[in-house]
Amino acid sequence: MDAASELGWWGVLIAVFGGAIRVSTPYLFVSLGETLTEKGGRVNLGLEGILVMGAMSGYATAVVTGEPWLGVLVAGCAGAALALLHALVCNLPRVNDIAVGISLFIFGTGLAFFLGKAFINPTAPRLPHIELGAWSTYPQIRSALEINVLFIIGAILAPVLAWSLKNTKWGLVLRTAGDSSEATLALGYNLNFVRTLGTVVGGFLSGVGGSFLSLYYPGSWNEGLSSGQGLMAVALVIFARWNPMHCFYVSLLFGGATAIGPALQTIGITSNYYLYGAAPYFLTLALLIYSSSTKHRLAGAPNEVSISR
Amino acid sequence: MTKSPHSQAAPPDITVTNMTKRFGSLVALDEVSIHFKPGTVHALLGENGAGKSTLVKCMMGYYHADAGSISVDGTERRISNTRDAHRFGLGMVYQHFTLVPSMSVAENLVLGEEGLPAIINWKKKLSALEAFLDTMPFRLELDRTAASLAAGEKQKLEILKQLYLGSRFLILDEPTSVLTPDEADEVLGLMRQMADEDRISILLITHKLREVEAYASDVSVLRHGHLAGQGKVSAKSEASLIRWMIGRENVSKPAARKETKVVRTVLEVEGLTVNNDKGTVAVDQASLSVSSGEIVGIAGVSGNGQSEFVETLAGQRREEAGDIRVQGYPYSRTRAEMMDWHIHLLPEEPLNNGCVREMTVAENLAFRNFDREPNCRAGIFIDRGAIHRQARRLIERFNIKTQGPDARIETLSGGNIQRTVLARELSDNVRLLIVQNPCFGLDLKAVAEIRNRIIDARNKGAAVLLFSEDLDEILELSDRIAVIFEGKLVYETLASEADVHTIGRHMASHA
Repeated sequence: MDAASELGWWGVLIAVFGGAIRVSTPYLFVSLGETLTEKGGRVNLGLEGILVMGAMSGYATAVVTGEPWLGVLVAGCAGAALALLHALVCNLPRVNDIAVGISLFIFGTGLAFFLGKAFINPTAPRLPHIELGAWSTYPQIRSALEINVLFIIGAILAPVLAWSLKNTKWGLVLRTAGDSSEATLALGYNLNFVRTLGTVVGGFLSGVGGSFLSLYYPGSWNEGLSSGQGLMAVALVIFARWNPMHCFYVSLLFGGATAIGPALQTIGITSNYYLYGAAPYFLTLALLIYSSSTKHRLAGAPNEVSISR
Repeated sequence: MTKSPHSQAAPPDITVTNMTKRFGSLVALDEVSIHFKPGTVHALLGENGAGKSTLVKCMMGYYHADAGSISVDGTERRISNTRDAHRFGLGMVYQHFTLVPSMSVAENLVLGEEGLPAIINWKKKLSALEAFLDTMPFRLELDRTAASLAAGEKQKLEILKQLYLGSRFLILDEPTSVLTPDEADEVLGLMRQMADEDRISILLITHKLREVEAYASDVSVLRHGHLAGQGKVSAKSEASLIRWMIGRENVSKPAARKETKVVRTVLEVEGLTVNNDKGTVAVDQASLSVSSGEIVGIAGVSGNGQSEFVETLAGQRREEAGDIRVQGYPYSRTRAEMMDWHIHLLPEEPLNNGCVREMTVAENLAFRNFDREPNCRAGIFIDRGAIHRQARRLIERFNIKTQGPDARIETLSGGNIQRTVLARELSDNVRLLIVQNPCFGLDLKAVAEIRNRIIDARNKGAAVLLFSEDLDEILELSDRIAVIFEGKLVYETLASEADVHTIGRHMASHA
């Protein structure tokens, strides 16, 4: 009897837990970023492009310098730069943020594929993780409790952002911009500037989320890396009701859904593998239908965001 | 000059001299000079488009005046943005609220504070806010969200916000347009009291004479951008204020109300429940009936379900429950039914709800009958000539001021758009007419004319259902009056027995 069968269904649960933490990290960063963007009153659908661009630039930087954290920083800056492009275009009168977002999505992925061709083969150093499972003799538990550092940062970031939105001047001003453009103008703030800042910080976080894909899990750079996670994060923000703490929980839920297939594989259930692989997409669809119901109130939605109008 | 929040400084002495503002060739404000004495309620009276808003926007730094100056306590000041205005103690309470709906009262108050620290110590702030509220004539719970406040409370919060920010010269822009009569009395009464105590000055923008007489001590009247007159309110008769406002003594008399026999019920609504866009109940089990030859007026503060009610009757919104019957038959709001039963509709904001902006006046006039003889041949071919002829006839009959039948409807003024829609809806013989806020934003002459046409339709035997946020309009036009509050029809009375205060009380509560 090997360890896997000894644990039985517990093994599945543990694997789902470990997978949830691993897979949720990019969702967490992207959804936190999108929450900030939308709290300011804009939707950035270009997140997928930003995510892929972040993955590529982070990986490339790590390959060249051998320093994964520098890669994370560069990924964030690349994300911020793309988000700035989104924000500046949206600052022009009568520009639709959704349309700009979609073109940014295509532009970002295209640019990343073009610049990233050279980095498909070389191997970059991985981001570190912390072993919380050293006490256990089961390799499954040990591997499930390898908590990556970015996840911990994200887990700290979520309550910090939630607190900041309530307790800092910038949090209040950002929420004002997202909720009432008239109020923002009447208070004498520059609406476009506030929203630009929200979008850029959001882009930075999404870029960091991208670097996780290439530098930790799956941990390499290729063109199929993201598979729509940036777009799903937009749905996730709606489900999380624009609340950073909820983003954290919902990211874990999505991560867990993604991990179901591989986890079942560990105990030998391999049939319907691709069906399980589709779980997060079904979840996205179901959540969108649930939250778009005409009967169900979109409480917490910033008034100025075009999806809530 | 720095100012701590809610300092108890005296109200400033403000003088506006020769203020002029042009928009292209239009002179919106023509050498207007007014002195606002500290500690007074000064009314700025005028019709829509007379230049009231332009004047205060120049004072608040939204617009840059083309000429003229403003002085604060005897010193000439440049006010080039709202922050400058705040620095000199000027604050504006807007007609359309500028509260952030999802935020609490406390957050809304603190938001505009100058020098707000990067990190807010809420414990300290909340006790400071409580202390501030203790000095105010009214108070609100600090932890409620702005969205949950009633209209009157929102207005109070707007005022509190300005006072908290240290404004001692408050500009109130049409404050009563969203309030019930009792709320208006309360808010304006308290403002007057604070002014009498020399704590603040008030500039009250309004087009309602009643408010000027009840609350203001001084009045300035604007007409077409000119200062038509000013003086002490106590020294002026209502007639002279009207003459200043519209240039002559009186507007045309209301149309004679013919005795009509109420013969048969035309519209019956029973237990109608409708949701709003957010999926919460907007109209709650409303029942009413309208008979031929009567006007039933539905009074209520804006946003109590009127729009959803009208949209349902118009076929733009699906009901959740309830029956709508016309002449005893279920009415499912198809075009065929509307034509057969001669059902007509004058929605609010007709440019958005009853017109296609890019189409011409003639096309907009033909919406009800473009697919019928003689406008449509053999049921297929549109006869543009016939539509054109119909348009010329209606333009003539309803005095629509347009460059011609081929002008796009959006180039017309508000009053003429209203006349166009009215012409379309009333040209046919009308059995049921549903009207919402027909006179919103129109000048007195257009108001009188449109009200006359509605009375005229009633006299000819139409059943009229009138939704209006203007209580005076309801009282003037209706035979029966009902009040809508939070989607429920809470009170009904004959117009002959109507009492403004009873109606006002129902507009604010289920009581």
